[in-house]
Amino acid sequence: MKKTSLIVVAAATIIFACSPGKPQVAQEDTSIPQAETVPAPAANQQDPRKGLGEVKHVTLKTPLEQDRVRRGEEIYEMKCGACHKLTDERLVGPGWKGVTQRRHPEWIMNMVTNVDVMLDQDAEAQKLLELCLTRMPNQNVSIGDARDVLEFMRSNDGQK
Amino acid sequence: MNTNKFISLGVLAVAASLTMIGCKPKGPQTVTTGGAAEKVYVAPGKYDEFYDIVSGGFNGQMSVYGLPSGRLFRIIPVFSLFPENGYGFSEETKPMLNTSHGFVPWDDLHHIALSQTKGEHDGRWAFGNANNTPRIGRVDMKTFRTMEIIELPNSGGNHSSPFITENSEYVVAGTRFSVPVGENRDVPVSSYKKNFRGTLSFVSVDPANGGMKIAFQLATPPVDFDLSRAGKGPSHGWFFFSCYNTEQAYTLLEVNASQRDKDFILAVNWKKAEEYLKAGKAKKITNVKYAHNYLDEKTHTATSEMLNEVMELDIAQLKDIAYFIPCPKSPHGCDTDPSGEYIVASGKLAALIPVFSFKKIQDAIANKDFDGEFGGVPIIKYESALKGEVQKPGLGPLHTEFDGRGNAYTSMFVSSEIVKWDLNTLQVLDRVPTYYSVGHLSVPGGPTAKPYGKYVIAYNKITKDRYLPTGPELTQSAQIYSIDGDKMQLLLDFPTTGEPHYAEAIAAEKVAPNSTKIYKIEDNNHPYVARGEKQTKVERKGNRVDVYMTAIRSHLTPDNIEGVKLGDEVYFHVTNLEQDWDIPHGFAVKGAANAEILIMPGETQTLKWKPTEVGVVPFYCTDFCSALHQEMQGYVRVSPPNSNVPLKFSTGKIEPSGEK
Repeated sequence: MKKTSLIVVAAATIIFACSPGKPQVAQEDTSIPQAETVPAPAANQQDPRKGLGEVKHVTLKTPLEQDRVRRGEEIYEMKCGACHKLTDERLVGPGWKGVTQRRHPEWIMNMVTNVDVMLDQDAEAQKLLELCLTRMPNQNVSIGDARDVLEFMRSNDGQK
Repeated sequence: MNTNKFISLGVLAVAASLTMIGCKPKGPQTVTTGGAAEKVYVAPGKYDEFYDIVSGGFNGQMSVYGLPSGRLFRIIPVFSLFPENGYGFSEETKPMLNTSHGFVPWDDLHHIALSQTKGEHDGRWAFGNANNTPRIGRVDMKTFRTMEIIELPNSGGNHSSPFITENSEYVVAGTRFSVPVGENRDVPVSSYKKNFRGTLSFVSVDPANGGMKIAFQLATPPVDFDLSRAGKGPSHGWFFFSCYNTEQAYTLLEVNASQRDKDFILAVNWKKAEEYLKAGKAKKITNVKYAHNYLDEKTHTATSEMLNEVMELDIAQLKDIAYFIPCPKSPHGCDTDPSGEYIVASGKLAALIPVFSFKKIQDAIANKDFDGEFGGVPIIKYESALKGEVQKPGLGPLHTEFDGRGNAYTSMFVSSEIVKWDLNTLQVLDRVPTYYSVGHLSVPGGPTAKPYGKYVIAYNKITKDRYLPTGPELTQSAQIYSIDGDKMQLLLDFPTTGEPHYAEAIAAEKVAPNSTKIYKIEDNNHPYVARGEKQTKVERKGNRVDVYMTAIRSHLTPDNIEGVKLGDEVYFHVTNLEQDWDIPHGFAVKGAANAEILIMPGETQTLKWKPTEVGVVPFYCTDFCSALHQEMQGYVRVSPPNSNVPLKFSTGKIEPSGEK
C-alpha cells in the first residue's frame, strides 16, 4: 500500500509538471502576476538610450505643438504631479527640469508607458529606483497621452 | 493494519498532500480515496477552473471561492455592513442599505442566481436575495461589487428568490411569509386565510446594464413559498414555485403546516402574465413604499430612491396564468433539468422524489385535467403531471442539480448524503455521505442548460468534529465531490464564511478576462474628486468641512490640516490617484465612529468624522501600499469651537514659525 501511494505521488508530480492550459505566473515578483499585462520587451534590442517598449521612434516638431502641451499639462496635474515637481527638485520621483536634455524622447515615453518592464530591465531606470526607492507606478498612460506629456516636458524645459 | 503502519501512512499522506483510503472507513479522516488530493490541487500561481459564488447566509454577503481548490478569494458585502472596506460606512455606500424601514445594516442572503443568456452563464451579474427585509441585490461580475438593491413590497421573508430565467429576463421574489396586503394591515393574525396574501414578484433585468425593476407582482392565496426555478428550452416562459403550509396555518407550523399529504408546486406562465400586463389587466397598487438603490460607477456614489407603485395581477382572477400541482409533503427544492422537460420537487418530509413532466403539465392544462381549485386556482391532477417518482432515495430530500449527462443529484438533509439517480429510469445509482446534514448542493452550471458535470459541492449545516474545534461556534463547511465517474468521490472539505445556503459556480474563462483592474481617473465624476494634487483643498461651509484629499504612493495630500473646530463635521473625500492594478489605499482617522475606507485606483470615497476632543489627531493609510507605507500619514489640528485658528492645509510645507 505504501508503495502504491508513492507511485501515485510520482505520477501526480509528472501530471502537474506537464499540465497545460493554466495561466502562468511570472517567477520573479513583478507585482503584476499576469503575463498578458506585462508587455514583452522589445524583440529587437534597440538603442539602449531609447529604453524598452513599444515606442521606437518619436518625431519632434519645432515650434512646439501647443495643443499637446496643454493636454500634457492636464495629464501631468492628474497623474504625475503628486510625485514629480517641475523644478529639478526630487520629491518622490526626480524633478522634471532638464529631463528632455538628459533622456531620449523614446526613453521618456517608454518609461511612462512601460514602467514595470523598464524598472526590471532598463539600467537607467534601475538607477533611478535605487535613488528614489519607490517604484514608479504604472499610471495607465496611453502612448498618445505620453506623447502629450513629452511635449509638456519640452515646454517646461524652455523649448519654444 | 497495525497502528504504526497506519500512522506512517498518515504522515505520508500529509507530506504528499494525498489522502489515502483507510482500512476502516469510520472516522471522518479515512473516507476519501486515493488520488483525491491531486484532483483539487491547484499549484501555487495557477488558477482555479471555476469561480464559486457562495451565499453567506446570516453574514449578508457573498463569498468567492476557487474550485476545485476551495480557496477563498473575496467577500462581497451585499446586505451587510463591511468595515473592512467601508461598505455601508462610507458616505457613498450608505444609500445602498436604505429601505422603506430606513437604514438596515444586516440581512440574511440565501441564494445566488448568476445571469444567463440562452440558458448558459454569461458572466455578467450575480444576484442574491435578502431573506429578512425582502430585497434583491445585484453584483457586477466585472468589479465584484454590489451595484444595485431593490426592495420588495408586500413581502415577508424573501426566500423563493432570486432565481432567474434563461435570458435573464427576470429574477423572481416569492414571499415565504404571506402577509396582509391592501389598505388595512392591522388585522388579527388568525385572519390569515381571509386577509393575508402571497406575492410573487417578477423583477425585470435590463439587458444593457442589469437595472432591476418590479415588472409585476402576482397575488396568490396565502401559503408559504419556498424555492423556485425558471423553465428552460421548451418550458421557457414558465416558472415553478414550491409552496408549503397549504394548511394555511399561522401558528406552530412545525405541526400545523405538516398535516396534508400533499402541498403544491405552483406553475406560472409568466409570458401569459406579460400579455395580461400589456392588455391592462393589472391593478396599480399605490399604498406601497420600497427602496431602489444603485451605485453610479462614474461618481462612485450610490443613490436611493423610494418608489410607491407596483402592478399586481391576481392569479385567482386570471384563471390561466398559474396552476397548482400537488406535491408530497412540504416540498422544498423545485428544480428544472437541463432539457427543461422535468421539474424535480423534493418533499422534505417525503420518502420519495416526484418528477413532473412539462409536456404532461401542458397536456393536462389543455385537457382541463383538474382536481378542483385551491384559493380559486386550478389544481392539476397529480398523476396527470407526474413522470414518475424516485423511490426510497433517502431521508429529507431538499435540492437537486444535474450533470448534463442524464443524472440528477439530490441532497438529503436527514440522512446526510447526496444521492445520484437516473433522470430517465428514476433509479438510484449511487450515494455518498456528507459531513454533516447537507442543505444545498451545486454542480458548476448545474441550474443552466449546460452543466459542467465534473463536481458537485455540498453545503453542510453542521461540521461537529470535522475541523479543529473553536469553542461552541464552529466553522461552516463545504465538500467537493468528483462526479465524472460512475461513483461519486469525496475530494475535499473546505471551511466557508458565514452560513452558506445556495451557491453557483461558473467557468473562470467567462469571468476572469473581464475583470476590472482600475477605475479611470479621467472618468471620475465624483462631486468631491481631486483629479490630481493641484485640486486638493479644504473648504468650510458653516460647521461642515470638506477635505478634498488625494492618495498616491506614499503620501496623502493635504497631510497637515488646521482650523478644524470641535463641533465640526469633517468629510474626508479621498481620491486614489493610482492607475495601477491592485494598489488600493486606505484611510482611517483616530476616533472615527464608523470604519476605514478602502479606495480603489481612480476612485473617490468619503469618510465622515466628528472630532470629539481638542488636540492634534493623526490619520493614515491603512492598506500596505509600498515600502514607504508607514510614512503615509498626516495630522488634523482640532481647536475649541470659539478658536480663531485659520483654516489651512498643506503637504510638504515646512513652517519654522510653528516652533515658537
